[in-house]
Amino acid sequence: MRDVAVIGIGCTEFGERWGTSFRDLFVTAGTLALEDAGVSGEDIDALYVGNMSAGRFVEQEHIGALIADYAGLATNHIPSTRVEAACASGGLAFRQAVISVASGMEDVVVAAGVEKMTDVGTGASVDMLAGAADREWEGFAGATFPGLYAMIANDYMHRYPLTREQLAMVAVKNHENGSKNPIAQFRNRITVDTVLSSSMVADPLRLFDCSPITDGAAAAVVVPVERAREFTDSPVRVLASAQASDTIALHDRRDISTLDATVAAGKRALTQAGLTHRDIGMLEVHDCFTIAEICAIEDLGFCGKGEAGMLTAEGATALDSDLPVNPSGGLKACGHPVGATGVKQICEIVSQLRGDAVGRQVDAEIGMTHNVGGTGATVVVHILGV
Amino acid sequence: MSVSRFWRKIPQRYNLIGTQCVTCGQYFYPPRSLCPECRREGKIVDHRFTGEGTVVTYTVIRSASDQFENTTPYVLAIVELDEGPRLTTQIACSPEEAEIGMRVKSVFRRIAADGESGTIHYGTKFVPVGR
Repeated sequence: MRDVAVIGIGCTEFGERWGTSFRDLFVTAGTLALEDAGVSGEDIDALYVGNMSAGRFVEQEHIGALIADYAGLATNHIPSTRVEAACASGGLAFRQAVISVASGMEDVVVAAGVEKMTDVGTGASVDMLAGAADREWEGFAGATFPGLYAMIANDYMHRYPLTREQLAMVAVKNHENGSKNPIAQFRNRITVDTVLSSSMVADPLRLFDCSPITDGAAAAVVVPVERAREFTDSPVRVLASAQASDTIALHDRRDISTLDATVAAGKRALTQAGLTHRDIGMLEVHDCFTIAEICAIEDLGFCGKGEAGMLTAEGATALDSDLPVNPSGGLKACGHPVGATGVKQICEIVSQLRGDAVGRQVDAEIGMTHNVGGTGATVVVHILGV
Repeated sequence: MSVSRFWRKIPQRYNLIGTQCVTCGQYFYPPRSLCPECRREGKIVDHRFTGEGTVVTYTVIRSASDQFENTTPYVLAIVELDEGPRLTTQIACSPEEAEIGMRVKSVFRRIAADGESGTIHYGTKFVPVGR
């Protein structure tokens, strides 16, 4: 296996991009990544794209070929592959790119993620996202995505001492970080009161506990470490790439409040990198809902079960702490274009490690990303370092 | 959900019929045709559940997909059947009544409809025991 490095990243602005089409989004992100990497179209050996549901959001399938075509690569006939694992599609695309380079099969590979969600109404979008869970046995009964995470929150709060205010602090902290990120969908600061006075979506989760519906794309270019210096002076190494699965339905999990796939992927990643928790200086975790960030920090092993709420309230995950969590603003404030999120997390960590995160720069040499599909049926964890 | 997709599981959805692996004794609802423990050594048969169980966790859905929007607010829960398996279901009770640990039993109810002229989906909901 060859060691792999990221040599370029690119991200569109995240948000309700009414004037921008599905293909405009990925062309923008891809172009930015190629410029950043200093590679040209002819250098590219393969493309992997993470996308959850273009078929339903914009009624377009065959995304791999479409992207290669509109990226101007159709005449090069490179292999272009779409991968899907609901909200973990982006992390999965990056992992496939890493695997293809590590294997020696390909040298210069682009991992992209894209989702165009606002061409349909909110109700339709809620229905499509429910397809990330078990459509026949959860969705059929009226389960929404916020509803499933709300059941995790209720179970969690029944068993551990997490207060409603502590939960709100996750959103407050992520909006604070998002206010410093030029691509973030929400760049406004909020207070605990903002969260607690927002409308109830699924008890106990309110509107400001939920990540938004977002349009956006992100891309990253990976090459073998030994070739990285041909392209850039600041490559970032991929120290681990891990993936794990669990039951598709929340009701079949061993423990409602523990994402066992997060536990498994987190452990595998640390073992692969030969690192311990103390070596990790920052996290980009999958905070699709505030409760999800609490579970992620614990299930990745950075603290015990039931402790992440208090740590968040104490500021132990803030930008100026020893373990900043979601310096990008996370899914909550930066936005959550489902297929793009996993790649955006990589872009954020790379940007931080290169010292390019102006206004929100974290002092760390190693960072971890954590991307979840559904309620935890797929989890992808990466560790990156300089 | 298409007509055939709904029709295919009518007995299971109407009558709470799941499966059991007689090799290891484990019950499944929703039904599984392959036992995760015994896999190819497992022997799967149908099993009709008694319909009694306990609420493991719940929420009150205030904002739903288009299909359920006129049903809000409704109580959504994970119920553990007395035979062991857990399922996602609605509890036909007021939001204030719902609590973790509550004993419930299954009832036959209308779940949703595919638009104004589409199929009406019936199935199983649960109600608090003693009601």
